[in-house]
Amino acid sequence: MNEHIAVTVTVNGQEYTRQVEPRMLLSDFLRHELDLTGTHVGCEHGVCGACTILLNGEPVRSCLLFAVQVQGQAITTVEGLASGPDPEDLHPLQQGFWEAHGLQCGFCTPGFLMTLVPFLEENPDPTEAEIREALSGNLCRCTGYQKIVEAVQLAAEKMRG
Amino acid sequence: MTTRYFGKPIKRNEDPRLLTGQALFVDDVHLPDMLHVAFVRSDLAHARIRRIDTAAARERPGVVAVYTAEDLGDYWRPGPLLVPPPPVKDIVFHQRTQVPLAKDKVRHAGEAVAMVVAESRYIAEDAAEEIFVEYEPLPGVVDLEEALQPDAPRVHEDLESNLAAHVIQEKGSYATAREQADVVISRRFVYDRGTAAAMENRGIVAHWDFKSQHLTVWDTTQAPIPIRNGLAAMLGLSEHQVRVIAPFIGGGFGPKIMMFYPEEMLLPWVSMQLKRPVKWIEDREENFYATTQERGQIHQAEMALTQDGRILGVKDVFLHDTGAYDPYGLTVPINSQCTLLGCYDVPNYYSEFRVVFTNKPIVTPYRGAGRQHGVFVMERLLDLAARELGLDRAEIRRRNFIPPDKFPYNNQIIYQDFAPLVYDSGNYEPALDKALELIDYQRFIQEEQPRLRAEGRKVGLGIVTYVEGTGIGPYEGARVTVEASGKVSVATGIGTQGQGHFTSFAQLVAEQLGVDVGDIFLVTGDTDQFYWGAGTFASRGAVVAGNAIHAGAQAVRRKILKMASEELEVAEEDLELVDGTVRVKGVPDSAIKLGELAVKANPLRGAVKPDAEPGLEATAYFGPERGATASGVHAMILEIDPETMLVEIQKYVVVHDCGKVINPLILEGQIQGGVAQGIGNAFYEQLFFSENGTLLNASFMDYLLPTATDVPAIISDHLETPSPLNPLGVKGAGEAGAIPVGPLFAQAVEDALDIPGLEIREIPLSPNRLFELIRGERTEREADHG
Repeated sequence: MNEHIAVTVTVNGQEYTRQVEPRMLLSDFLRHELDLTGTHVGCEHGVCGACTILLNGEPVRSCLLFAVQVQGQAITTVEGLASGPDPEDLHPLQQGFWEAHGLQCGFCTPGFLMTLVPFLEENPDPTEAEIREALSGNLCRCTGYQKIVEAVQLAAEKMRG
Repeated sequence: MTTRYFGKPIKRNEDPRLLTGQALFVDDVHLPDMLHVAFVRSDLAHARIRRIDTAAARERPGVVAVYTAEDLGDYWRPGPLLVPPPPVKDIVFHQRTQVPLAKDKVRHAGEAVAMVVAESRYIAEDAAEEIFVEYEPLPGVVDLEEALQPDAPRVHEDLESNLAAHVIQEKGSYATAREQADVVISRRFVYDRGTAAAMENRGIVAHWDFKSQHLTVWDTTQAPIPIRNGLAAMLGLSEHQVRVIAPFIGGGFGPKIMMFYPEEMLLPWVSMQLKRPVKWIEDREENFYATTQERGQIHQAEMALTQDGRILGVKDVFLHDTGAYDPYGLTVPINSQCTLLGCYDVPNYYSEFRVVFTNKPIVTPYRGAGRQHGVFVMERLLDLAARELGLDRAEIRRRNFIPPDKFPYNNQIIYQDFAPLVYDSGNYEPALDKALELIDYQRFIQEEQPRLRAEGRKVGLGIVTYVEGTGIGPYEGARVTVEASGKVSVATGIGTQGQGHFTSFAQLVAEQLGVDVGDIFLVTGDTDQFYWGAGTFASRGAVVAGNAIHAGAQAVRRKILKMASEELEVAEEDLELVDGTVRVKGVPDSAIKLGELAVKANPLRGAVKPDAEPGLEATAYFGPERGATASGVHAMILEIDPETMLVEIQKYVVVHDCGKVINPLILEGQIQGGVAQGIGNAFYEQLFFSENGTLLNASFMDYLLPTATDVPAIISDHLETPSPLNPLGVKGAGEAGAIPVGPLFAQAVEDALDIPGLEIREIPLSPNRLFELIRGERTEREADHG
């Protein structure tokens, strides 16, 4: 188990190479090898969705993948969403969550954001029912979801311009 | 015109950090040379430990240390009692608190038996699997009623029985009331266990810096200061050698204030032993066993009424499951006992409870903290009485409300804060009227429901009320400082778990100092920043810490005015604080920036006046004489699919009164989130234990948290009956949303099913359970106890 394998992966546009055990989870790799701790781990069995990231643009649960499986691929994490450090650089979804109070403790939030980015790209003008369906694979224990729904509606509006 | 900050829906200061992945949670703490801890936990709920073989684990490369109870030496001791029993006459209380690692026997599944410390978490978990524990299984104590049978196995063999506590509280004479009653409603009610399931599991990083002789602990706790004090005492350190930091916490809901969790005792000690930083992060499965839970109670209750539906008295005798230990004292059952009376003028009350040890995870407060059970019993009794008397369910409630002129209203029993249960203020009838209007009660029952029923649809309405004792003592404090930059820092002792303290507290300061909310920097949950305090629990943050911050900001305001009055040579009354300056009213050019004033208040050379205090700074404390009572009404309309028994909530209304509102946006969030947890508790979430006490559904695959498609949009309205007990007039709001959802579901489901004789007297429900109830099937639980 102590054999290490080289993994090269592009995360938020930057290439990283690390030597890891084949069994290292992608979530642990991002958090503890690359220190990208914005991706959170809530259940480690693929239900809560907190660890969702984009793998080649598709939302996936990083706790259900091994780091070695993403060799040579491109990942986006929550750290890669905003275009800069200032509030006005936030992604419209981040803006929407902020304005609509779509987060409380904020632990599940990165997973929601990463699930919703491709959703809004595919469906720029979703109905409330479609939004709820899109959210239903992510668990939030604080908000009761309503303000997340409102945040997505707000973000969709912003993105449509 | 001075900008107002109090009462405004200001978006949160903390959000940009959280939204960009920059906020620090405990598991984000990485220290050089850090070791990782994994625990070996018992699979059995009740067993004697015969032998623990750690040899293979110790030999595994990368393992630094392995500990069992024996290896802890003198450090092994039961944890402290967090809350002593209240001063109630003839109270019985047997203190049995959790131990760091089980010695001799295990008392609940998931109890830690051994601890592995290794170079990585992966290695620590590998080694934990190699530790062999030989157990002698013992029969489990699982069922509350069986637990008190004379021949029941005992969780704590040094006690005569599984009785942990016995408490009776009385107001007036229920026996007399019963004699005078036209009607007596008597029933058995069951409320079963769930778990808080904060999205972030627990975790601790401890770092003993040998060279500076200083311990730093990052802990997912709701109460960093008591943890600091307790650790210093246990480890033989000065409190000034220990710093406990509760950074961003991914949801608390109560279970993150259980002191001390075994892991909280062990990690700092291990770091001192090994002189290296150590980290333990709970996984979700551990969270199901090793984090505390709530809600197991069985009530036998009765209500005596007149023919016209006036309550003469209530009697309630109940059992409360405390799990394997009782470190949190009697807070949960006392809350049940004291919240049952609700919004109602009940002249006579007899309440008796027995707390029972079982071989299940420990019970401590979880959002609502026992209040749910009391509200469930009372609201269900009222529904049953209304049915018996042929009264409208809203009307029977209205007839029994405490009228507004009877406040303060003394319930003549002792609350969880050891103070008499006196409601400070309330105005219940307008809230009921508002809820009836928002749910369109008359139209629904007279037109909508009959029409839909004629179509064969199962639609029902529920409407219930509740109170919540919030904002209890003892006290909190805060230090407010104007910095040389003109920005303001505020340090308070409580921790924060998503309640928006960085913003709502900043609003309180902004209101006094005329500084933008975005320019106010809040520090919470760091014992090196503020020394005194109790913690975030019992819906008390806004009330107790909020009023302390308010007082601190007022004191700084007075300092600013005094100093500026001298500088500008005008009377204090002629000054105003606007946009980060203090200026002469009507003369905007005659102004000083607060930052400049702060610099002047902290001279580096020269002389100061005798007794001058440096800085524009003040520290203040607030301790209410007793809790402030919030209240509310929830109403909903739901439809049941008769094929699947799935429930669809069509409309949900909350009318809530928590006094003055600091930030309506944050309050809405608290209410909506609370309701979502209440819905989970009422219809989705239930922990199932085997007959031996093993938890059968310890994963999110099997324990269902409500999702975005289960929780409806919530229509809410707020009334403001200020509390006279604190200067801001606020009451707590954190737990309210979750409290009345059980009886609301029960009433609405009964109404929807409309089956003569069908009574819902238990929570949680589920589609499966509804089928059983409709078929008149007696579950094992009921068959056993009839």
